[in-house]
Amino acid sequence: MSSPDKLLEIKGLCVDFFTEAGIAHAVQDVSFSVKKGGTFALVGESGCGKSVTALSIMRLIPDPPGKIVAGKITFNDRDLLGLSEKRMRAVRGNRIAMIFQEPMTSLNPVYTVGEQIVETIMLHQKKAEAEAWELAVEMLERVRMPNPRQRISEYPHQMSGGMRQRVMIAMAISCRPVLLIADEPTTALDVTIQAQILDLLDDLQKQNQMSILLITHDLGIVEERAEDIAVMYASRIAELSDCPSLFNQPLHPYTQGLLKSMPRLGFTEKRLYTITGVVPDPLHFPSGCKFHPRCPIGCNDKRCQTIEPVLREAAPARFVACWYAPGYEKPDDPKL
Amino acid sequence: MNQNAPNTNGFLLKVEDLKTYFPIKKGLMRKTVGFVKAVDGVSFAVKPALTFGLVGESGCGKTTVARSILRLIPVTSGKVTFDNTDVLSADKLRMQNLRRNICLVFQDPFGSLNPRMTVGSIVGEPLKIHKNVTGAGLTEQVCRILSKVGLSTDAINRYPHEFSGGQRQRIGIARALILQPKFVICDEPVSALDVSIQSQILNLLKDLQDEFSLTYLFIAHDLAVVQFSCDIVAVMYMGKIVEQAPVGEIYSNPLHPYTITLMSAIPRLKAPGRPPKKQTVGEPPPMAGQPAGCPFHPRCPFADGRCLVENPTLSPVPGRPEHLLACLHSK
Repeated sequence: MSSPDKLLEIKGLCVDFFTEAGIAHAVQDVSFSVKKGGTFALVGESGCGKSVTALSIMRLIPDPPGKIVAGKITFNDRDLLGLSEKRMRAVRGNRIAMIFQEPMTSLNPVYTVGEQIVETIMLHQKKAEAEAWELAVEMLERVRMPNPRQRISEYPHQMSGGMRQRVMIAMAISCRPVLLIADEPTTALDVTIQAQILDLLDDLQKQNQMSILLITHDLGIVEERAEDIAVMYASRIAELSDCPSLFNQPLHPYTQGLLKSMPRLGFTEKRLYTITGVVPDPLHFPSGCKFHPRCPIGCNDKRCQTIEPVLREAAPARFVACWYAPGYEKPDDPKL
Repeated sequence: MNQNAPNTNGFLLKVEDLKTYFPIKKGLMRKTVGFVKAVDGVSFAVKPALTFGLVGESGCGKTTVARSILRLIPVTSGKVTFDNTDVLSADKLRMQNLRRNICLVFQDPFGSLNPRMTVGSIVGEPLKIHKNVTGAGLTEQVCRILSKVGLSTDAINRYPHEFSGGQRQRIGIARALILQPKFVICDEPVSALDVSIQSQILNLLKDLQDEFSLTYLFIAHDLAVVQFSCDIVAVMYMGKIVEQAPVGEIYSNPLHPYTITLMSAIPRLKAPGRPPKKQTVGEPPPMAGQPAGCPFHPRCPFADGRCLVENPTLSPVPGRPEHLLACLHSK
């Protein structure tokens, strides 16, 4: 089912963490695809499995305790999970690059930023050192670092959070990746800096024809920047859709609750809508639909309490895992 | 519960020209070579039972203002009056009394609770210290406040690590409220929480305010959260308040270029009345080497020669006595 415009396709991904307290199913049956040149957003609260999904694509799940137990990840018609570690290394950081939330902890404090960018370039491209340094300066220029020639020989601690994130992006794009995984790229930054970094990513995407997998908890960013969105809840995708339709008419009660509970500029309601309860612990997931204890519709429904709904097409190109979503009306489940 | 004593000037807390400078020490003799002006001449006043919001980016001095009010750090100059008491000149006994009435809710619900103490002793500790309550009386009061913040009373014998972020923030709120303070400083109370938990805590803070007629100083960087929670909003930039107005006014008619930048920079869901997106330039300059003139001029699209030398003062916008602005281009 490989289609020409799909750059990355994930099918039925399951990741388990084998801990002393038991097996935590961090990602369960996650499937989605990222279009060439498009931005796909993976949204959810902390612990829902969005970062683990990203790390699985890079094959960076710490093993042990983690393990990809099922699923298929196809990138440019190549099966990433079947690649040898040596082959994977040629993909990682080269064809697929990743930027992380905390630029301070992902940069090495004892090397200058130039040395770190040059290391990436020389690892993946046949370039002499002098050439690599020139390219590094060029990359810093592209991410609009002020005084790149001077900054390149500075250490990460001499820079502000926004500049460090620019260095991370420069490093990530230095090998012209076709897919950039941005894991909460702006969460640690101030809003005015956040807007600059997101604009920069937009520009780079257009120049390089790069796809972006954007992982975030901020629905505001998603509405502004992404074309497609998957909302994850408790290790599964609750809703998968294109952005405008999801924001116009969310179908899953969790997505509806999330959108209603966010305070918005310009709205003057006296109280905020709340989703009751807390995110479940991956070691003790509730039975049935994992959202049912917090769900305003299905909390007393026997079906929701016992059988977990799978992602099903509710409307053209819109997928929802909810017994109450359209498309689920027909009692076609043999267990019912 | 709390009777807010009618104040002569109508304000519960008044901060006048507050300055908190941190010395920069260099060299072998640790000579003071300069100052970081973390709070540089901040004045505002908070009316009882209302919420005063302090907004700004990291490093702008919002938290330092809160700490200075509580005298948790030495203040360089200025005047803070709480309930007709001069805070900055109060002696130890007076200060203890004041701290009973001004409590703090912190940002990080993981770092602000002692992991070796049970929830009961964390929440009850202020009572023990300030009011000498022990035994059954203490347990009863702790249970009462825990149920007020939406926790079950069996939490009393459990430890902080057994709770989620939102529940921990509730524990922090219970600890702040157990002394029945008049004034609560909420320092980024929801920024470390997940979206679905944020709204629970924001509603809880509002309910508690209504029930106990609390006065809040609400520190946050998220303008949408501030709009929901606050009555009056002050925007800080580099240690100074650059604009202050009632919440409806500042969101419908922001005047300072920095406020406008902040509002347009926030990625928010579509909502009416949102200002169009503006390209923001640059980053805040380092606090140590503040530029002369208006602190915002290096990033300001309207800055001219006057902004480089003159420092604007916070003054009312003509025709709107409650809207204060520090910008040389205001008309």
